Amino acid sequence: MIEIITPGLLTTVQDFGRVGVMKNGFTQNGVMDRYSMTVANRLCGNCDNAPVLEMTVLGITARFTENAIICLSGADFGAKLNDKSIRTNKAYRVNSGDVLSMGTAKNGMRSYFAVSGGIAGEYVFGSASTNLKFTFGGYCGRKLQSGDVLAVGSGAFPLGDVEKWEIPENQYDKDAVLRVALGPQDDMFTDDDIMLFLSQKYEVTAQSDRMGIRLSGEPLKSKSGMDIISDGIVFGSIQIPNSGKPIILTADHQTTGGYAKIATVISVDLPRVAQLSAGDTVKFESVTVKEAERFAKKQKRFFDNLYMF
Amino acid sequence: MIHSFLQNGDSAVTVQFKNEISREVNSYVTSLCAEIEQNKIKGVIEYIPTFCSVSVLYDCTLISAKKLKSKLEKIIKNIKITSSRKAKLYEFPVCYEDCFALDIENVCRHSHLTKDEVIARHSGRDYLIYMLGFLPGFAYLGGMDEVLATPRLDSPRAEIFEGAVGIGGEQTGIYPVASPGGWQLIGKTPVKVYDKNRETPILYSSGDYIRFVPVSLAEYDQIEKRIKTGTYEVKVTEVER
Repeated sequence: MIEIITPGLLTTVQDFGRVGVMKNGFTQNGVMDRYSMTVANRLCGNCDNAPVLEMTVLGITARFTENAIICLSGADFGAKLNDKSIRTNKAYRVNSGDVLSMGTAKNGMRSYFAVSGGIAGEYVFGSASTNLKFTFGGYCGRKLQSGDVLAVGSGAFPLGDVEKWEIPENQYDKDAVLRVALGPQDDMFTDDDIMLFLSQKYEVTAQSDRMGIRLSGEPLKSKSGMDIISDGIVFGSIQIPNSGKPIILTADHQTTGGYAKIATVISVDLPRVAQLSAGDTVKFESVTVKEAERFAKKQKRFFDNLYMF
Repeated sequence: MIHSFLQNGDSAVTVQFKNEISREVNSYVTSLCAEIEQNKIKGVIEYIPTFCSVSVLYDCTLISAKKLKSKLEKIIKNIKITSSRKAKLYEFPVCYEDCFALDIENVCRHSHLTKDEVIARHSGRDYLIYMLGFLPGFAYLGGMDEVLATPRLDSPRAEIFEGAVGIGGEQTGIYPVASPGGWQLIGKTPVKVYDKNRETPILYSSGDYIRFVPVSLAEYDQIEKRIKTGTYEVKVTEVER
């Protein structure tokens, strides 16, 4: 078991989210940063989709009541295990009675905590992800509070020398470059607006959450308004509402929407979107879908090799 | 049926049929979804049907956009339109009074109608549920009086209350849960169209019909009390589609 002493700002149980429910209007949910979740799970011997804790800006303090293997990934929250600093992207053995204490994000926005066996959460529609809006899944369908006690699942890989399990820590620059493929509604914008979209430095605003990252900058104007007949949305869709300022839709995004989508962040850059914090700058770089597919395959090979220590 | 493919990065391909809200186009959407369910294309994760499009989400490490599009192309060529069936008509009480109708003035200005005329035109017909989306149980309805069409708010509201009835462009609908949104609000229904604790969390399906029945604030309060005590039932009748 893991006893939560202090819960952090917004700590939820998440996995890869709900698959196949969007046709009924249900949100996918799931982690914001799939890369960090996968790294954390693999390094402590879990399957990729084992439920983890997603922490936002401020992390947890927690006591273990059993021995376990843990791994942190994502942003650096200055974590300590019994007052000794520990790093991200490295597995650690913990003993019953040990205390993990985390501070605030030194870079990035979100930290991921995986434990061998996974966090035991409530499964709804095939996922243990917390749906905050409709309060189901994960831990009682809500963010963690002081005094919560999390059960740990079983079924992790047996491990040899845990200390060898590490990869370099993730780096997050305050100036992010996100690769996008134009579309699905880029033809609603003038060439000048596409140029403006791809050349300006946007700033991440504080009105950003798990539904979407709102950017500020010089507004875009479409040829004939931003309204479309509502169509499907994916994680990474970049909507331009009538204000002309982009919103990158993320894990808790709505399934459909009626604003034009100028471009879509390619899948390998979605984890970077998850780590954007207020004040960061964003520049968009256009790539082809074929290139995006190549990057995705390369990342898949990287993960396939992550067991081969 | 004429269609085009729109690309959503390396995550989804949207099949866009004729860009209009019509029963004919929507029947192609329904049929394509049935075909996608049947064909089980390797790499396809799920799909999102809308009025006149289907977004097909896929794993680009298992299938390329090019290959997916050619497979979808073949499926679309062979689509047969599903035959007609019986549908249900749900009657929802709606209070159009000022305390809920936050944007009805915008609709009046845009349509050059009085409040009473807006209410009469909005409640005076049956709406077909074309699709569910955006929120659990959010029904996209077709068939609104064109005069009532009003563009969405310039900037979406941070929170719209549960049960809100609104107009967004040429569409109208009910917010099943509190949510951010950009629609012009013209009323509120006390009925919970989505309730996760109910046996059927979402009352209706696409293909059913909805009718809005105007009620006063006093009637609204009364119905709300009856809903809380479990003594209110939504009126449902069977109709020809």
